[in-house]
Amino acid sequence: MITGRFFAAGADRRIAITIFILLAAAIIVPLLNLAVSPASAFYVPSYIVALTGKYLCYALLALALDLVWGYCGILSLGHGAFFALGGYAMGMYLMRQIGSRGVYGNPLLPDFMVFLNYKELPWFWYGFDHFWFAAIMVLAVPGLLAFVFGWFAFRSRVTGVYLSIITQAMTYALLLAFFRNDMGFGGNNGLTDFKDILGFNVQADATRSALFAASAVTLALAVFVTWAIVGSKYGKLLMAVRDAESRTRFLGWRAENVKLFAFTVSAVMAGIAGALYVPQVGIINPGEFEPSNSIEVVVWAAVGGRGTIVGPIIGALLVNAGKSWFTGVLPEFWLFALGGLFVAVTLFLPKGIVGMWDAWRGNARALRAASIAEEAGTDPDVPAPPKIVRSAARTPGEWSTSGPEPQPAE
Amino acid sequence: MSKSNTILYLDGVSVSFDGFRAINNLSLVLDKGEMRAIIGPNGAGKTTMMDIVTGKTRPDQGEVFFDGQVDLTKHDEAEIAMMGVGRKFQKPTVFESHTIEENLMLALKGPRSIFPALFHRRSVAEARQIDDILGIIRLGDKRDELAANLSHGQKQWLEIGMLLAQDPKLLLVDEPVAGMTDAETEETARLLRDIARDHSVIVVEHDMHFVRELGVKVTCLHEGSVLSEGSLDFVSADERVVEVYLGR
Repeated sequence: MITGRFFAAGADRRIAITIFILLAAAIIVPLLNLAVSPASAFYVPSYIVALTGKYLCYALLALALDLVWGYCGILSLGHGAFFALGGYAMGMYLMRQIGSRGVYGNPLLPDFMVFLNYKELPWFWYGFDHFWFAAIMVLAVPGLLAFVFGWFAFRSRVTGVYLSIITQAMTYALLLAFFRNDMGFGGNNGLTDFKDILGFNVQADATRSALFAASAVTLALAVFVTWAIVGSKYGKLLMAVRDAESRTRFLGWRAENVKLFAFTVSAVMAGIAGALYVPQVGIINPGEFEPSNSIEVVVWAAVGGRGTIVGPIIGALLVNAGKSWFTGVLPEFWLFALGGLFVAVTLFLPKGIVGMWDAWRGNARALRAASIAEEAGTDPDVPAPPKIVRSAARTPGEWSTSGPEPQPAE
Repeated sequence: MSKSNTILYLDGVSVSFDGFRAINNLSLVLDKGEMRAIIGPNGAGKTTMMDIVTGKTRPDQGEVFFDGQVDLTKHDEAEIAMMGVGRKFQKPTVFESHTIEENLMLALKGPRSIFPALFHRRSVAEARQIDDILGIIRLGDKRDELAANLSHGQKQWLEIGMLLAQDPKLLLVDEPVAGMTDAETEETARLLRDIARDHSVIVVEHDMHFVRELGVKVTCLHEGSVLSEGSLDFVSADERVVEVYLGR
């Protein structure tokens, strides 16, 4: 049913192209890394595969944030927490895979536990020797935290800046908790020294390529799911809650449930992003809970264009590529550049790169139409087509695919 | 007073905010199928009364009954809306980034939970209902336009249309003609009279010409309680009403 809409003629071309590019990259990049000789011009070095794989995880995180910020107006400054929790769940699995190959050679306890004089495995580490269990936890832990957090926050009608502040407090609280050695998550050093994932060496080129492909495919899937959610009646409702929450209440909708669903789905997406990220960077530590990380995600989404599906992905890729370059050339100035970028985007590109592109295209089309009318010898005073935003062709049973208009954050 | 056969029954309702008594021992009864106009100077408690009926504000004391038996003070906004109380705000509030049609679709009576909305497909019956409402509110040619592009008056009508889509038993309409031209005002009066044929309606309005157009019983509020009630001529002849409107 949803797929039917996707392949229908009116489907959003941009979404289709994005999904196509991601799926193509999932095949081509690993091929160029593994099957092409390093001497060839087409060879993609392994470090590029790992780096772009990491960016794709960031893009997924930005997309997750966009679902709640762009479409529901919930400015979460704590999405990094969900990302890190997903990462920790994956890290715990990878830790248990080390087995007796650790420095201390303990078959059951990870190195840091031996070092900290743990006598036995803490109860919450049980089950993480199975991949399926870890995979469920990657989804369940961030999802559950978001559900419980959202349940209380949205029910007590905390909105706007206050909500942003408590999301920030949440990630900060988790940061402090995970820094403690007796939490049982490796404290300051976090989890690292991973050996293999599903029996394959995490350092091997083939595994890195596979992880890259998995990230690209997951991102493509997330784009599709977000697109389906946003295009459904629920998606319209989500934007309605963003624009006029009290109106939805007086129509009988439970705005808190609308927000809670989006927030939970978004947290699960962020958790998946974290789980794909950890094996590619080889470490997860409490630094991932840093409030500044979560704020950076907001910058990616803002730069790319919130309230669009493609925007946050472009934003995440561009800003991170910029960061990699900048931190190589002028490492001291990166944070200033990031801050400056955010200020500049807020002032000059309130709808981000994608929003600017759309506006530019819209103007270009109006100008072209006007010039064609002029060439055709019609009245030169023909006004440019009125700037009335019309939704796409309407077929019965369809929701229009009109671009949503992000409202300023409260 | 008997509650049966009333759609709305307020008795001895009081509410205060930080010591200010916005509603003071207010009693108001609306029969089923009745349309009532409520007038009163600024701060008379008109909007607060609507907040109480729709569950936004809880009264400190007093009884609020809907449809003869439902105690509205025990329910929240969404529940009250689902029972059949529709409300139009003073400032027209529509979903600006959606089309007219989508606005109505979201208002249309039906299940109000998340998962049905996720997998919702528009049925023929729903499409027909939307067409009907678009005809009533005269926005049929603008159905695919974004609500943000409507004029102020058209937004007011769209909001009334959304109330109709909700198919409530009782409509609370707060200042429907604020910012409308004379022609639009007349049109709105006609629209509300049509609606009142099979709904109970409360209209809060300042515009006396409009209230006269409606031709219904009028209640004048002042300082949170009823000052005078009756036909418009009766109420406007009441010396106390003249006094509060013109000052002493």
